[in-house]
Amino acid sequence: MERYYQKDIECASREQIRAWQDERLVRQVRNVWDNVPYYRKKMEEKGLTPDDVRNVDDLSKLPFVTKDDLRQAYPYGLLARPLKDCVRIQSTSGTTGKRVVAFYTQHDIDLWEDCCARAIMAAGGTNEDVCQVSYGYGLFTGGPGLNGGSHKVGCLTIPTSSGNTERQIMFIRDLNATILCCTPSYAAYLAESMKEMGLTPDQIPLKAGIFGAEAWSQEMRRDIEKTLGIKAYDIYGLTELSGPGVSYECSAQTGMHINEDHFIAEIIDPNTGEVLPEGSKGELVFTSITKEAFPLLRYRTRDICVLHHEDCPCGRTHIKMSKPMGRSDDMLIIKGVNVFPSQIETVLMGQSFAPNYQIIVDRVNNTDTMEVLVEMTPEMFSDQLSQVAEKEKQVVAALKAMLGIYAKVRLVAPKSIQRSEGKAVRVIDKRKI
Amino acid sequence: MTIQQISVFLENRAGQLAEITAILSEHQVNMRAIHIAETSDYGVLRMIVDRPQRAASLLLEHGFVLSMTPVLAVTVPDEPGALGKILTLLARENIDVEYVYSVFGQVQDRACMIFRVADIDRLAALLQDNGMPPAHHQELGIQDEQK
Repeated sequence: MERYYQKDIECASREQIRAWQDERLVRQVRNVWDNVPYYRKKMEEKGLTPDDVRNVDDLSKLPFVTKDDLRQAYPYGLLARPLKDCVRIQSTSGTTGKRVVAFYTQHDIDLWEDCCARAIMAAGGTNEDVCQVSYGYGLFTGGPGLNGGSHKVGCLTIPTSSGNTERQIMFIRDLNATILCCTPSYAAYLAESMKEMGLTPDQIPLKAGIFGAEAWSQEMRRDIEKTLGIKAYDIYGLTELSGPGVSYECSAQTGMHINEDHFIAEIIDPNTGEVLPEGSKGELVFTSITKEAFPLLRYRTRDICVLHHEDCPCGRTHIKMSKPMGRSDDMLIIKGVNVFPSQIETVLMGQSFAPNYQIIVDRVNNTDTMEVLVEMTPEMFSDQLSQVAEKEKQVVAALKAMLGIYAKVRLVAPKSIQRSEGKAVRVIDKRKI
Repeated sequence: MTIQQISVFLENRAGQLAEITAILSEHQVNMRAIHIAETSDYGVLRMIVDRPQRAASLLLEHGFVLSMTPVLAVTVPDEPGALGKILTLLARENIDVEYVYSVFGQVQDRACMIFRVADIDRLAALLQDNGMPPAHHQELGIQDEQK
């Protein structure tokens, strides 16, 4: 039996959804015009006033917002409410120089948690479930978002956060956790660990998993489902928009329903910015129409995917998005963490290595691995291995400090890194997703 | 008294060493000693050649990363226990040996060892005082090159 958290909204007619979007978009445009000078200037530069946006059809007149805008406006430039009305900040996964800080009023937190509650109930969750949230807590939105959603559904919530696999497994078994929320790669790791302990699916109380924050394949999904004896649901979100729960999967597992009462989705051509017709593959753009503190109009996610309307067997009427199929910029998502090649370059230059490097990303046993090939330089070289190893260690530590994740460093001969048309091939992504 | 060792960075891949020996042989540079230290990912080739400046500039031209490292060559009678005597002396004087390796063949009917230590002058003086003067580069067949 399909369960809903807010059935009237999740299964509303398309006309009703459109009416909500029209009304809320107009109000949001007025809101940013009145309260965010940064937006007002951007609109004025395009010769727009709030009167030019009368409904969703006018959305494409508005300028885009990019991650660059977020950086330029850091930290308060896009804030639409006085700080005294804000109760929380969250931030994007620790990447220096690219950090985005998002603000929430209590109303924003409530709506975000509603979105996560919808995802949990779509995965079959009720107040009789025990929901273990193994996403990181803190600035990362994964833990706090699902934690709030789990409370709203009324699940007994176990806030284990990430890490300490033994304890995770102990709680799942001792407290009979029925729903697991974490990144797919951590789910795969937990599944593998339980298998190694000799546990069979019938000895694992879990029945569903809500896994997101990084790309994962159908094969990986089936593997996790089989090993844990669960049904695995995808969830999507961005800190910029709220966090997890912007869209989520239902039992049909054929795409993620976007919470259209809060977010308007568009697909654009990443090169021209032109809006593409439904069913086209392109860059996903979101407008948050209910956020108070940190509203974003036409935010370019850089995620490439497809939107499709269709009657879903689950009864929900909200549009579905495919899993993101790639990025329109050079950002990599490794173990759920955003990594830009330029950050690696910054570290290498700081360690007096040449900026000649190559990043090799792979997935071994369902876990992402990153290896950075670095060309040896005379400054770094020594006839003593221990000194070379010491410098290698310093680079590994500096990369860890910059990216927040471990990267293996491999020293290679000068000029050995492939260059194509004079430009180095910076990233080799071997992951089959 | 010191001898110039060429230290070359080696990526751990087939053919790297062959490339170096090919470059040297093409220019008639003769190796007097080689030693390789390695990790799973890379290695360091240390070598004594008869024309160190020439060899270094050839390898640099071919894009290798290298450094010149001063080392000491010490000849000892080619018989059991000879090396042990030096090592015992070094241990007693608390001189830490970074690494040691041997020269091909004999040098004036004696075995010859290459020593890399932190304080090379101290080692040279110590050996001198104990009647084991370090070998001169000519003794190893290393030529005087125009720089």
